[in-house]
Amino acid sequence: MELALHQPAPLLKRLSWFDWLFAVIIASSGLFALSRFGEFMDPYEKGILLAAIPALAVFGWFWKSFRPLFIIVGAVSLFAISQYHDNLARMDEAFFLKYLISSQAAIMWMCALFVLATLTYWVGLLARSAFTMKTATAMTWSAVALGFIGLMVRWYESYLIGTDVGHIPVSNLYEVFVLFCLITAMLYLYYEARYQTRQMGAFVLLVISAAVGFILWYALDRGAHEIQPLVPALKSWWMKLHVPANFIGYGSFSISAMLGAAYLLAQRGILASRLPKLEVIDDVMYKSIAIGFAFFTIATILGAMWAAEAWGGYWSWDPKETWALIVWLNYAAWLHIRLVKGLRGPMLAWWALGGLLVTTFAFLGVNMFLSGLHSYGTL
Amino acid sequence: MNSTSPSFGKSVFELLSSMRFAISLLSILAVASIIGTVLKQAEPYNNYIIQFGPFWFEAYEKLGLYDVYHAAWFLVILTFLVVSTTVCIYRNAPNFAREMKSFREHVSEQSLNAFKHKHEAVTTQTPEALAASVQHYLEGQGYKVKNLPREEGVLLAAKAGSWNRLGYFLAHSAIVMICIGGLIDGNLVFKVQQLLGYKKIETRDIPQSQVPAISRLSPSNPSFRGSVQIPEGSSADVVFLNVADGYLVQDLPFTVALKQFRIEHYTTGQPKNFESDLEIFDRSGKKIRDATIAVNHPLIQDGIAIYQASFADGGTRLSLRGWNLFAPTDSPFPIEGTVHQNATLTSEAGDYTLEFTDFRPFNIENMGGDAAETGSTMSVLGGSPISDKKHLRNVGPSFQYKLRDSRGQAHEFSNYMLPLELDGRWYMMSGVRDAPNEAFRYMRMPLDADGNLETFMRLRGALLNPAWRHEIAANFAHQALPKNASDPQIEGKLTNSAAQVLALFAKGGFQTLGQFIETNVPAAEREKAAGTYLRILELTAYEALRIANRQAHLPEPKPDDATGWLVRDTLNSVSDMFVYGAPIYLQLMHYDEVKASGLQLTRSPGKNVVYLGSFLLTLGVFFMLFVRERRVWLRIKPGHALLAMSSAKHTIDFEKEFTQHAQALDTLAK
Repeated sequence: MELALHQPAPLLKRLSWFDWLFAVIIASSGLFALSRFGEFMDPYEKGILLAAIPALAVFGWFWKSFRPLFIIVGAVSLFAISQYHDNLARMDEAFFLKYLISSQAAIMWMCALFVLATLTYWVGLLARSAFTMKTATAMTWSAVALGFIGLMVRWYESYLIGTDVGHIPVSNLYEVFVLFCLITAMLYLYYEARYQTRQMGAFVLLVISAAVGFILWYALDRGAHEIQPLVPALKSWWMKLHVPANFIGYGSFSISAMLGAAYLLAQRGILASRLPKLEVIDDVMYKSIAIGFAFFTIATILGAMWAAEAWGGYWSWDPKETWALIVWLNYAAWLHIRLVKGLRGPMLAWWALGGLLVTTFAFLGVNMFLSGLHSYGTL
Repeated sequence: MNSTSPSFGKSVFELLSSMRFAISLLSILAVASIIGTVLKQAEPYNNYIIQFGPFWFEAYEKLGLYDVYHAAWFLVILTFLVVSTTVCIYRNAPNFAREMKSFREHVSEQSLNAFKHKHEAVTTQTPEALAASVQHYLEGQGYKVKNLPREEGVLLAAKAGSWNRLGYFLAHSAIVMICIGGLIDGNLVFKVQQLLGYKKIETRDIPQSQVPAISRLSPSNPSFRGSVQIPEGSSADVVFLNVADGYLVQDLPFTVALKQFRIEHYTTGQPKNFESDLEIFDRSGKKIRDATIAVNHPLIQDGIAIYQASFADGGTRLSLRGWNLFAPTDSPFPIEGTVHQNATLTSEAGDYTLEFTDFRPFNIENMGGDAAETGSTMSVLGGSPISDKKHLRNVGPSFQYKLRDSRGQAHEFSNYMLPLELDGRWYMMSGVRDAPNEAFRYMRMPLDADGNLETFMRLRGALLNPAWRHEIAANFAHQALPKNASDPQIEGKLTNSAAQVLALFAKGGFQTLGQFIETNVPAAEREKAAGTYLRILELTAYEALRIANRQAHLPEPKPDDATGWLVRDTLNSVSDMFVYGAPIYLQLMHYDEVKASGLQLTRSPGKNVVYLGSFLLTLGVFFMLFVRERRVWLRIKPGHALLAMSSAKHTIDFEKEFTQHAQALDTLAK
């Protein structure tokens, strides 16, 4: 009878043994890192590490699929690190590193898997094949795991280059593009499981594939994959908070734009029978804008606080700041229309799609066309 | 009038608090913000005049486009945003507060029946028993429940997610707070003073101490953001605020002295850290504290934050050797100079002003070109992330100067102190350009076996010396002809040709020689003639070097490859001298570096208001977006229960929840 009522048990009783194991793993690895590397961290970095322990544990309890992902990424990254023997040259010698899990190899596998997953989602969508769709989901998960492994190993590699060079790999355009792919894919995978529908993957993965295209061009043509030491302005613990928060925003806005496109097509009868109901697309679109807006707000505030410490003022109307404000205003207006006016339908879908232009300009265009203080990734 | 004014006031109130007005404001603000990112802000006004021409320059200036974010009309938009948000809060606050508290317990059974989301169940339980179990269930779901006796039974009124409304208050008052905080830190006070004529922007380039009081701001000025450059060993008690096409002087309540400025580098040469060792004195000269600031690590003194913002040369002293490039002599003359200061050079061709503009102790240059990487499987996929920076090298100090002639024309030069190795040989490099947006063109002067410029300069002098020309040419002709078949007539002819080639070259380098060939040699034979002339030139130059060495009482040049290259490089370099743009070359011998640190000082009392606003905004946004407000009513009569549910936002989650509650009721009512 209790089950039929969906009566929520108290939080702690709802947790399985695996949840607890997961929390123990997180806590012990976090504390191990603190005891081993604590002397190289400033108080803020220690604070971030300690706060990450409960945050990750609770996140894993909330989204169960995160637990195996975290454990696999951690285990494989540690294995990769063990293969280096403190020697960067092993990257081209050790079999696993060379072909699979050195940072660059893993990131390239991530790229390949994301593109394959995109194709597979589309085949599954067009052929109405549930099995193909499941394969696409598995590919996306693998891509996410490999991408995170790539970033973890890259983090380690940066310290092998020089202890003063080492830094978290979210410091330049190449690294954040990888982060963008991963965060967007993870947000999507969450919605996929939550709504029990894989059809939206065909659209969402398109934007990830576009980012993969950029990563490949940027690495092959511009050599942007090279690990560079941090410029003095970026040497701050703020980076660990500001950048990921921003990319939750960018990733969510991208998802909403792709769903806007899906909505508009389905509404015109194109792929309508293959896509989820319009209400579902609309709901996910709204949810991802809501998540994106919340995190973009946080990211912009964190950015302002960092600017107050690095540039001498929390707001200087720098092009990046101004475009962040424009993006924020854009989605603030979207949410007002949706929540207060209760408006739905194609207008908001068009708006979400157009929002991608604004977001892309803030993310990339500012770096390409405008100059300012925030020139950390130029093309 | 009296009859219309309330309705006018009311309609203004309606407009200001309307959603349409708010969304229009958000859009207008976004579009207005774009302008300032497209048009570079706060550039020197001359740049704008060049870019737009005088007419549009003035039009844009009137519109305040060079400082959009402080323009009056931009402030008006922001003010409207603040007013509209405030009015909106004022209008909704009482209602929302009531809503948060209320359980809407006065709802009638009839209106419950009219709900879109309602569910009926038959029950055998007494109303009180069912009400108790449903209340327990709803409370488990996070609802606050009120159990109200009604005729023939019970009414349960439940609500959840009231914080959604609280989120509205937080987020919207946060916007007002942030705008007010920003306004406090803006330059509004100065703008008003300027408008009333109390303050005026200084546009003249005069020493700080001579700036009149009307362009100075007192130390008690509540908010400012200015910058100052302090050379090592100096101090400052003011900062400069850039405003429009001029500046203001902000007096500080203390004095900042710079003891030392440091740059740390990574092994690859990129800068790793900028640090300044500061001393702070109060106005009476008493030392308050020592402090070291770095990027991301400012110092707070008397509520003023001191930031490491930039760095520059602070007046490095340079010891130079000047070489007269077109004089037949080869002896340099000494010059002393200081960066940011001028020196005067007197010559027969007129006076020159030497403006020393900069000194750089390090220059990281790309010396490897773009060498192709060796191909492995992974390099096809992007290669190793380990940067191969072997081609980047520190090539040592350089200094920059402008040489301005008496007509005011100037070229800009950048000379390296140390020689550079190119193609296995060593050169002194001097770059020149005509405009700041151009790249430097380099003249490279070869070094001799001892690593000195002297041989080059001696040979250069000999080549340009008309007095020696005949002797050089005669020596060449004598050497060129076979010893046994010497014919004075041929030798004389060859001497004349060589002297002519030499004279042409001394007039304008290879270019003059080329022009001569073009006008005097038929097209078909030009290439051959050019080859011959070049050969003659090289051989005569070698003879010139022999004579010059003899004159300087130096040993005979060795007839080896090294000398051959030295002669060839000298010819190239002398030819380049004619387009070098200056009659002298300055060689840096010693330097005594003085650095300057660029500091930014800000006082922003609004910062804490903005941060508090930001915190409330974050809370508010989360409450508004992730707390769903919903209400449930259950009217129980003997044998019958009616469940109704409502929410401001009908999402899929709401539908799901309603289904769940309906099922729960069925289960509980059994």
